[in-house]
Amino acid sequence: MLSCKQFMSELNAYLDEATSPEERERLQRHINECPNCWVVVDTTQKTLRVYKGVEAQTVPPDVSERLMAALQRKMAEKRGRC
Amino acid sequence: MGGGWYSKRETGMQSSNGSVAFDEGALVERARAGDDSAFAELVGQYDRKVYRLARNITQNDEDAEDVLQDAFLKAYTHLDNFHGDSKFYTWIVRIAVNEALMKLRKRRGDKLVSLDEEIELGEEAVTREIAVWDGNPEQTYSQEELRVVLDEAIQSLKPTFRSVFQLRDVEELSTEETAEALGLSIPAVKSRLLRARLQLRERLTRQFKRKGDDAFAFL
Repeated sequence: MLSCKQFMSELNAYLDEATSPEERERLQRHINECPNCWVVVDTTQKTLRVYKGVEAQTVPPDVSERLMAALQRKMAEKRGRC
Repeated sequence: MGGGWYSKRETGMQSSNGSVAFDEGALVERARAGDDSAFAELVGQYDRKVYRLARNITQNDEDAEDVLQDAFLKAYTHLDNFHGDSKFYTWIVRIAVNEALMKLRKRRGDKLVSLDEEIELGEEAVTREIAVWDGNPEQTYSQEELRVVLDEAIQSLKPTFRSVFQLRDVEELSTEETAEALGLSIPAVKSRLLRARLQLRERLTRQFKRKGDDAFAFL
């Protein structure tokens, strides 16, 4: 049977579904037999899900205004050269 | 700033279900042809993500604002160099990462900030917290509360892990794109990503674990 350390070195491939079907089956067998690794897989999947799911905060209005003002200046500069 | 030439997230094509699909390629083409409003719409589409990326790498609001501004100004100036062989989003992320790393270097007294330092992947325990979570945080916490918890956790990572996780798992770039953006080898991206994921899992588990589950580790 795969050791936990061997399993951990393959964790990313398992999470990213980047394994061959045979390798996936081998990893899956380990998870079924090892409660600790099952918990690590489950909570790491949840960690990724929660990061992917949370929306980026809106850019603060003053920051956004300064960005657009700087862009407008740059655009005017470019038009002036044309 | 008035609506006129800059109106956020309004460009797109009407899809069959009536929603507006964002057409990055068409906007880039228009911007390259000299349509400034198209470029402004690209900014409106990605400013939040670029700002988040900049804040997470620099860990400083002022630097993040500079990075946001410099990245989009550079992209505008060098738009002719963008040939569309990658997505505009990937391109702007690469520019922003470079700007953010330069900020970090400056702030650390011009000492080289290397993301390519050796990391050990030995027996160090990064899986001390073995406990199931108490339901789904997405349902228990508001977006704002979650954002605070996630920000604190990601800020606790070393820069090298934080940048890789940010690009791979938050901005969803491929391993290759992440390696290119950060100037790392593909194996280095993979090993850093594993470390980052495990460390974040560890931190979030401390926050979200079901009460009384510490004893689960004996299994």
